Amino acid sequence: MAPTLAHHLQLDALSVRHPAARGATLALDSVNLRVAPGEVLAVIGPSGAGKTTLLQAIACAMAPVAGHVELMGALPWALPRAELHRLRGRLFLAPQVPPLPPRQRVVTAVLAGRLPQWGLAASLRSLFYPRDIAAAQQALQRFDLADKLFERVDRLSGGERQRVGLARALVSKAELLLIDEPLSALDPTRAAQAIATLCDAARDSGATLVTTLHQVEVARSRFARIVALRDGRLAFDLPAAQVSDARLRELYADHEDELTADYAGAAPWVDAVPADPVVQPATCR
Amino acid sequence: MPALALPAGRVPRDPAWLSRVGLAVLAVVLLWPMLVWTEFKPWELFDARSLKSTAKFLKDFVPPRHDAEFLQLMLVQTWRTVAIATAGLTLAFAVAVPLALVSTARLSISSLSGPMATAPYLLRQGARWAAIVLRSIPELVWALLFVRVVGLGPTSGVIAIGIAYGGMLGKVYAEILESGDAQPTQALLRNGAGRLQSFFYGTLPQSSTELVSYTVYRWECAIRSSVVLGFVGAGGLGQELDNASKMFAGAEVATILIIFMLLVALADRLSSWLRKELG
Repeated sequence: MAPTLAHHLQLDALSVRHPAARGATLALDSVNLRVAPGEVLAVIGPSGAGKTTLLQAIACAMAPVAGHVELMGALPWALPRAELHRLRGRLFLAPQVPPLPPRQRVVTAVLAGRLPQWGLAASLRSLFYPRDIAAAQQALQRFDLADKLFERVDRLSGGERQRVGLARALVSKAELLLIDEPLSALDPTRAAQAIATLCDAARDSGATLVTTLHQVEVARSRFARIVALRDGRLAFDLPAAQVSDARLRELYADHEDELTADYAGAAPWVDAVPADPVVQPATCR
Repeated sequence: MPALALPAGRVPRDPAWLSRVGLAVLAVVLLWPMLVWTEFKPWELFDARSLKSTAKFLKDFVPPRHDAEFLQLMLVQTWRTVAIATAGLTLAFAVAVPLALVSTARLSISSLSGPMATAPYLLRQGARWAAIVLRSIPELVWALLFVRVVGLGPTSGVIAIGIAYGGMLGKVYAEILESGDAQPTQALLRNGAGRLQSFFYGTLPQSSTELVSYTVYRWECAIRSSVVLGFVGAGGLGQELDNASKMFAGAEVATILIIFMLLVALADRLSSWLRKELG
């Protein structure tokens, strides 16, 4: 991370459209955002507001239709593809449903966060004998999962899987952590522990942390800065202290159930295990 | 419709019945000309003359020939057949893996953020076409070609299986890789991992059992195939079967057919054992 840089992340009038979306509906509409290196912020907003899209746009997973993105001192969409991919290696995007292959072991799944720093030969060697068991164990320890180190992912519960996904973010050494709904499968105690761990890890490594949250109270109590989205537009971008109940009611108008439902109750979580892949119909004479 | 609305004592007729009969009649009407064109006349199997010669040939089947000399020959030829199939499949594997890795869209970095870029798209299509060219020519034709180049013997069989099966494996491997959950691979690519790294950490753990069982099934096909190639001079059990049936030696044919069944059963066991181990 270049210490002279004023902004680690800068979005100017960024507009993004989902590739599959029909018509002119923008998933993000002229969003402006500036984030300093090492800053920690939460993104809130009702379902469908564009929170996940915002993370994907920052992670260079979606090209803008208008406006521009500046990321870690570079203009990603002006870079050659190989450079852009190197830039992706310096950030970490953790999707809401942890992207872990069911038959993989936890230690491998966690260490996969290190792949951008490893060469191909080193990553292959790590499949025979894990390269950095200590790092994986330490990261799992912070989520109370050290005993699951050599378990298979499909033997874990939904909440455990989500925490394994977060442990992967911790070992990644990324300068920019983009975490989507890290608490969706966790009970309140685990959620509090997970969010504290993420914030501590970001502070310790000097990484910037942007996390979307469904739980407004967690955002207000744990994060200094809150960015709110509604219908793809920036609703407000304020210090947590200034996010009043009145503002939240306005933000969640017509979505009041989402505002009151949790803190205690986590959002319903869809099981991440895909159906068994269909065996190809094989033909031979 | 509520049951009460029906007159008492009358069982309703299945409303789908008429269309089902209609479809069946239509299928027969469409299929009949095809059977005529292909001169499909199964009753010819049962006319007196062919029944007699079939019965004579089949009567020789029991008991299968099982003297030590013949069995020893069979053992050598079986080994040769398995060796042709295994070497051919190994060659095919070496051809198929790069083809599958290049042609599968799952490992595309450019399509992470929108449509795939032109150059990678053309490269993927190129690999796809290469696989089509390799597999569109049957291994029998490849073998006839190579028998002329390298002469009679197992080498032409191995190369023929390697080429034709390389194309088939390449296509199906690529499709198996694309049929699994995209998320794990995409997440790794999005976080800056390389294509092969993402393949080994995201794609392969999901599809390994399907890949293994398809490969073992192809090995089974290669055994059958090497038998056919034996007819054109590639050696092995096929050549023995050719000789035996030309000489109407029913007992020998029976032994060879039993060996085929045992080999296929062996491949089946191997496949299910491997699936269990990897599952």
